[in-house]
Formats: sequence, structure tokens, C-alpha cells
Amino acid sequence: MDERIRNDFPILDRTVHGEPLVYLDSAATSMKPRPVIEAEAHFYRESYANVRRGVYALAAEANERYEEARAKVASFIGAQPGEVVFTRGTTEALNLAAWGLGEARVEPGDEILVTEMEHHANLLPWQETARRRGARLAAAAVTPGGTLDLEDLRAKLSRRTRVLALAHVSNVLGTVNPVAAVAAEAHRVGAIVVLDAAQSVPHMPVNVGELEVDLLAFSGHKMLGPTGIGVLWGRADLLAELPPLLTGGEMVREVWLNWATWDDPPARFEGGTPPIAQAVGLGAAVDYLTRIGMEAVRRHGEELTARALDELLARPHVTVYGPRDPGARGALVAFSLAGIHPHDVATLLDQEGIAIRAGHHCAQPLHRRFGIPASCRASFHVYNTLDEVERFVSALDRVWEALR
Amino acid sequence: MTGYEEIILDHWRHPRNKGRLPDATGSAVEANPLCGDVVRIEVKVEGEVLAAARFTGEGCAISLASASILTELVEGKPVAEVEKLTDEDLLAALGGVVKTRLSCALLPLRALRKALAAHPPPR
Ligand SMILES: Cc1ncc(COP(=O)(O)O)c(C=O)c1O
Repeated sequence: MDERIRNDFPILDRTVHGEPLVYLDSAATSMKPRPVIEAEAHFYRESYANVRRGVYALAAEANERYEEARAKVASFIGAQPGEVVFTRGTTEALNLAAWGLGEARVEPGDEILVTEMEHHANLLPWQETARRRGARLAAAAVTPGGTLDLEDLRAKLSRRTRVLALAHVSNVLGTVNPVAAVAAEAHRVGAIVVLDAAQSVPHMPVNVGELEVDLLAFSGHKMLGPTGIGVLWGRADLLAELPPLLTGGEMVREVWLNWATWDDPPARFEGGTPPIAQAVGLGAAVDYLTRIGMEAVRRHGEELTARALDELLARPHVTVYGPRDPGARGALVAFSLAGIHPHDVATLLDQEGIAIRAGHHCAQPLHRRFGIPASCRASFHVYNTLDEVERFVSALDRVWEALR
Repeated sequence: MTGYEEIILDHWRHPRNKGRLPDATGSAVEANPLCGDVVRIEVKVEGEVLAAARFTGEGCAISLASASILTELVEGKPVAEVEKLTDEDLLAALGGVVKTRLSCALLPLRALRKALAAHPPPR
């Protein structure tokens, strides 16, 4: 990766506890390059007004910027702009999907299938939908090696399965799931496939046409974009079937005192004033990633992950969770040190300026599956370097020496 | 590496007062589901005095060291005095704890307060 990329991220110049910041928590949220920060500021300075309701020129301009951002995001994932719904993030996108599918497709006695490796954002909305609709929630198992147990998934798919909801890339194990194959099986029994792409879209080329899923969710803030903006992509005919989650202004056609008609997607799902500047910022993030090239982003992530895996696996006191092959993973590694709580590891690394995450990473059932309350996780993006990976592992050796 | 204060490492490696109190007069468990820390504190009150305190637990070095230090701090003290022990008192005894880990450090004290409240007051 070009060294100049790092210079685009102003925050990476700062120090923490007197040490240069080594930020290894991009799976939680990524840092922002100057073009994204500037795009948002520029929009506020030059083109800001509310969208969709204005007759005046400035409002039309703001609306144009907002819709341009939608078009950029659409082409980034190989979709049509009309299929791209702006949400607050992955969590809201998945809640929207679970609410809408619950209303439109799920009847009492039906089944919803998730997996044991889901982030709570792709689990709790389905728990709620199942409860509300009187449906049953099942979860496909994860193998000891940290991959999806495809046999178990197949066994749990049935004619009653209305929805299969799964992660593209696990935010703990890193596992890249075989989405197209799994989706084909789910479609064979008539289920809708919902993909949590929060950890894939920011790190690898993703094309909704190739994945064969029906709905797909991701967040802007994990892909160098602003917080408060995310996407639910949906097949046009399916989106048209779904009711809105948020009702109110800007998502209706005709409103009477006791009834209303909904607008078409995507407006139907964007009730209220949307995160306009954040959408513009996300558009700038998409431009930035496209300039680097998602193939190159993926290669860089794989290279850093491969080095981290090599180093961690060479240490007998380190347990790594998930696949050993960097090609089968996203740009992250979860691990633990024998007999040492992950929070102690993270606190001691922090004192050397190294930021990793420790905890359950919003995946409690998955940690329970592996018999641990928490784990450490190092994760990467375009601005990280092999040198930082080396600094991380040598600091980790000092933690081990201090606490063993 | 700056690391943890020596007192924390010492109590984590060599916990004092670890175990159960078969004749406890009060007992309470506090947990932090976010990180899996669990601490049980058992106390034996004799008259006005906290005659014994023991802990068991699982979790990070800070929460376990804190439990060990806390039991040492309160054993043999008048209950009235123990009840006045503040968060700051315990943090000072630990030699200071980073902001991000205060909830770990204070978990045992929360358990102790519950255990004392669970102790039936003398008639
Ligand atoms: C796999 C996965 N799904 C969902 C989410 C939730 O994303 P957000 O918090 O942006 O809604 C995350 C991020 O934490 C994630 O890693």
C-alpha cells in the first residue's frame, strides 16, 4: 500500500500515553481520511439545506448531492440507486429488514435461521421478529475451526424457513462465509437471504449481483466514512413488498387524518430528515476507496492479517480464533493469551499507544460457543502497516512477560 | 513497559483471603457481563466488627487484585467504618487505576456493600 495513504488520516499523527498511536480497532470503526472530513465540511459550508422538500435552488442542490452519494454507493456494490436505502448504520438496516420481513413474510410457526457467529445486530432484531410473529428462531452451528457448519445449516433449513440471516465476514472469527452457495440453498426452500456485510463491504470487493442475496446491510463508519450513515440494499421487488420501520415525514404520498399511503423505496424507508452530510461523506469515502481499488484494499488487509497470524500462531501461549488461512478471513484476528484476561492485555498495550479491542465484540453467543467470556481483537485497514503489526506483537510479548 | 502497579500484580499472583467462609453472615456476588468478571465476597460480622472477609472470583487482574486488597483492607475493622469506605479509598489502596478500568476495580466493593446489606442487623 502506498505510504502516502497514511498521511491522508490526520488522527494517525497523534500520540497516546506519549507513544505514536497504533490504531488496530478498525473493525469497530475506521479512521477518516482528509477527503471525507473535507467533503462533509464543504457540504455544510457550500450546499447545505434539507432534502426532498425544497423548491429553492439551494435545496435542489443539497438534494442532488444526497442522491449523488446514493448513486456512488450503488455503483460501489454493483446495485441500482433505487435499491439503496440510507439508514443510520448496519444496526438500523438490519432492524428495518427484520421488521419489514416480519410483517411481510413471517407467519406463526415459521422459522428464521441465523448462525452462532452473528453480531448482536444480526441476532436481536430476529429474536424480536420471531417473538412478535410467533416464529421459531434457529441458529446454524460454528465448527471448532471457526467456520460455518454447513451440514448443520442445511439440516436447519426447511420449508418453514422464511429468512436466513448471516454475516458475510464474522467480526470475531474473521471467517468469510460462502455466501453465494449458502444463499442458493436457502433460496431452494424459498427463504429470503439477509446479509450482514458490515465487515466485508469496507474491506473487499462486494457485488450484490454475485452474492445472490436479497438484502444486505453495512455501515459507513467502518469504511472510512462518517458515523450515522449506513445502507440497506435490497432487491427492488422485495423492497417494494416491505413496510417502513419509521413513519413520519418524507416517506409518504398522501396523508389523511386516519390513513396514509407510502412512498416507493428507497424514500419509503427514510422517514424524517436523513443524515444528509453523512451521506455526502460516505460518497467521498466510496470515491476514496475506489481510487485505491477494493482489490488492493483486500490484498493489503490480507497481507497484514497474514503477518499477524504468523506471529501469533508462532507463540504457544496465544490462542487464535477462526481460520488459519488469511485468504479465508477478513482483516482482523481475535486471540487470547493463556491465563490472562483480554482487558488486561488491552490496557497494557494501550500504555504503549496500541489500541486493540477486548471484550465480547457484541457476539456473546459466539464467545460462549468457544467457552470464553471475552477475547482480544486486532483489526486493520488501509492505513495500517506491517511495521505496526510488528510493534503490536513485540508489545504483546512484553505484556506476556509482565503478566505470565 | 509501565504496566500495572506492583501491588496489583502482587495481589493478582498471590491473592490473600481467597476462598469461602462456611460461617459467613453475609454474602454477595457481583458480575460484569460485558467482560465476564465475577466476584463473590463473603463476610462474617461479629458484634460491631467485620471479623472475616473472603473472596472468590474469575476475571481480570484488576478485579481480582482489587478483591484481595479490599478484603485485607476491611478485615478486623468496625462495620461502621467499612460502610464508610468510598470508591476513592479503594482506588487509592490499589495505587490508582486507569479510567477505562474503574468498573473492574470497583466490582469487589459493590459486592462487599451488598454482602454487608445482606447481613441481618443485630437485634
Ligand atoms: C458484523 C457486524 N454487524 C453489525 C455491526 C453493527 O454495526 P453498527 O454499529 O455500525 O450499526 C458490526 C459493527 O460493530 C459488525 O461488526
